[in-house]
Amino acid sequence: MQMIKRAFKTWLLWELVIGLSLTGRYMFRKKITVEYPEQRTPLSPRFRGLHALRRYDSGEERCIACKLCEVVCPALAIVIESKERQDGSRRTTRYDIDLTKCIYCGLCQEACPVDAIVETQEFEYATETRDALYYTKEMLLDVGDRLEAQITANLKADERYR
Amino acid sequence: MAWSDVGLTTLLWVLEILAIAVPVALSVAYITYAERRVIGWVQVRKGCNRVGPHGLLQPLADGLKLFLKETIIPTNSNKLLFVAAPVIALIPALVAFAVVPFGETTFFNVWETTHTMAIADLNVGILYIMAISSLSIYGILIGGWASNSKYALIGAVRATCQMISYEIAMGFALVCVLMLSGSMNLSAIVHAQDGGFWHWYIIPLFPMFLVYFISGCAETGRTPFDLIEGEAELVAGHMVEYSGMWFATFSLAEYGALILISLMTSILFLGGWNAPIPALDFIPGTIWLLAKTSFFIFVFIWIRATFPRYRYDQMMRLGWKVFLPWTLAWIAVLGIFTYTPFLSDIIGYYQPWRP
Amino acid sequence: MLEAGFFYLFAGLAVLSGAGVVLVRNTMYSVLWLIFCFFNSAGLFFLLDAEFIGIVLILIYVGAVMVLFMFVIMMLEVNREKYKEMSLQYLPAGAMIAIILLIEFIGASASGVFNTETIAAVGHLGKDVNNTVEIGKILYTQYLLGFEIAAIILLVALVGAIVLTLRTRKDAKYQNMTKQVKTRREDRVRKVRLES
Ligand code: SF4
Ligand code: SF4
Repeated sequence: MQMIKRAFKTWLLWELVIGLSLTGRYMFRKKITVEYPEQRTPLSPRFRGLHALRRYDSGEERCIACKLCEVVCPALAIVIESKERQDGSRRTTRYDIDLTKCIYCGLCQEACPVDAIVETQEFEYATETRDALYYTKEMLLDVGDRLEAQITANLKADERYR
Repeated sequence: MAWSDVGLTTLLWVLEILAIAVPVALSVAYITYAERRVIGWVQVRKGCNRVGPHGLLQPLADGLKLFLKETIIPTNSNKLLFVAAPVIALIPALVAFAVVPFGETTFFNVWETTHTMAIADLNVGILYIMAISSLSIYGILIGGWASNSKYALIGAVRATCQMISYEIAMGFALVCVLMLSGSMNLSAIVHAQDGGFWHWYIIPLFPMFLVYFISGCAETGRTPFDLIEGEAELVAGHMVEYSGMWFATFSLAEYGALILISLMTSILFLGGWNAPIPALDFIPGTIWLLAKTSFFIFVFIWIRATFPRYRYDQMMRLGWKVFLPWTLAWIAVLGIFTYTPFLSDIIGYYQPWRP
Repeated sequence: MLEAGFFYLFAGLAVLSGAGVVLVRNTMYSVLWLIFCFFNSAGLFFLLDAEFIGIVLILIYVGAVMVLFMFVIMMLEVNREKYKEMSLQYLPAGAMIAIILLIEFIGASASGVFNTETIAAVGHLGKDVNNTVEIGKILYTQYLLGFEIAAIILLVALVGAIVLTLRTRKDAKYQNMTKQVKTRREDRVRKVRLES
């Protein structure tokens, strides 16, 4: 009896039919595709995207040119040059991040004592040339000015866990 | 024959050929689309839905992209054969459609007798299809050799082994059909299955139907048997070195063969253009045939989405040790049935050639 | 008129491609010429209304035999230089065969069997009958013995080839697929209760 049953199963390709019916059922499942430009997945507050340099509320830039970020960067993506400003404080004269080198590890953000360099949730900054991915200080400050609200919100959300 | 007559006949021929070649090319384009959508659905994705409404323009965009791409011809390849190979692969895939009957028509009652809608209604239609589809190996073989690459060569050798082995099983499955229909003419075979699904050859020949369909899968190198282009070990088999339009030509041939196998399966085993119940005859036969064919194409895609790839030795085992004895046994059984007095009445139901 | 035209076309191409087979240096091209030659011969059969033979010629020779030829040639490494030297060595034997064949051809064409009158009569005998059916009938009745003998010879050759190339190794492990498929979970997995 067992043998007859097994023979029938073999000849009727029963196991293949089971497989097909499984995939057939999946065909009518609700699709999980996220149709990207219109729909987006939520981003974590810790998302590591485009870099930004921040300012204090007074408009003074936060960076004190301690170069901790430059040292910690594993990809050697950051280049900093600094000089004394008229008022005697140490400031950067050059702060470049080469985004083609950067591996978005977030170590610069961790290292910064004054939360000057941060990574934002922005990730749509594709460009047509590689040159355009070489971000200078002005560009980074611009990004910071533009996304300040988002950055503070994210820092606040993450504060508890630091 | 006057020259004007010759011209007219030629024109008609050209029109007939175009009437089949153009839809085939178009449906190949849209089968790629359907394949991507259906596999997407099975994998709980949506598939391509970006270019045009529901992604319907995707195949055109793909075609355009492939057309505009640079064709790279390897330096050490045999240039002439390298370029010729995709064409050699494509020609049999298209030429085989010449004998496929798409239905019968009186051309809106203009003609007095019904005509078979085929470019050439050959007496040896089945043999013709077998002969032509066995030629499609050459494109692959020559392409693999001319590329002068080890992957391409091994892929071509594998493809050839596979096609030759499965062609035999396929041939025997066809012999079974011949034993019932008593004719090699495709439209005669369809007529032998006239009148309702209980006349269709899928009933007495169910195992042969499976063998034919699975062998067809192997012939065209579709998924459970697509080890001729197994990425893991052969990169892309005979197509490694091809790019752009020539690559597209290869896949055009592959999908053309896929359509042909689906058409043949519907004609040989599912009664061709016959409606499943005679009462449904008011729907034109061509629509029935195309519906059956589309169903099989869908099944091909479904299978691709479901099963993993065969291992090489397992595939050879299936062809030679399972299908071949199985088909031979079925031929013997059919023969015994046909010539044993009592049993012949049973099988005679499916054999219109019996007096 | 048209028919004669097609005949000369097919025949001419067949002869040309036959010459191509022997004259071309690259063996791959030789095979391709041979395939082309078969196609033209099939065309000649079609002109004689012998569509069965024509199709079978393509099916068997082009579809199967030549594929194997090509297979072997693809695997060969041809040394062109050595090849040239060797070809001279075979010249006497080849010339002898050619001369014998020539004499045979002349003899055959002089015998009168291939006269224009008889040819014309024979030419379209296949037109009114379904030659697949007729060949089948005659093959399985009148020439059954010959047919079966041919089949057995082929079978012997097949088995012989397998026997010659088959090597069974003692230490090789083979899969028994039926056994694998038949195995159920209960056959392999045993639930053991361990004292804790
Ligand atoms: S994210 Fe990492 S790699 Fe990028 S700049 Fe900061 S430290 Fe360097
Ligand atoms: S960004 Fe932060 S870590 Fe880097 S130099 Fe400025 S203050 Fe120091």
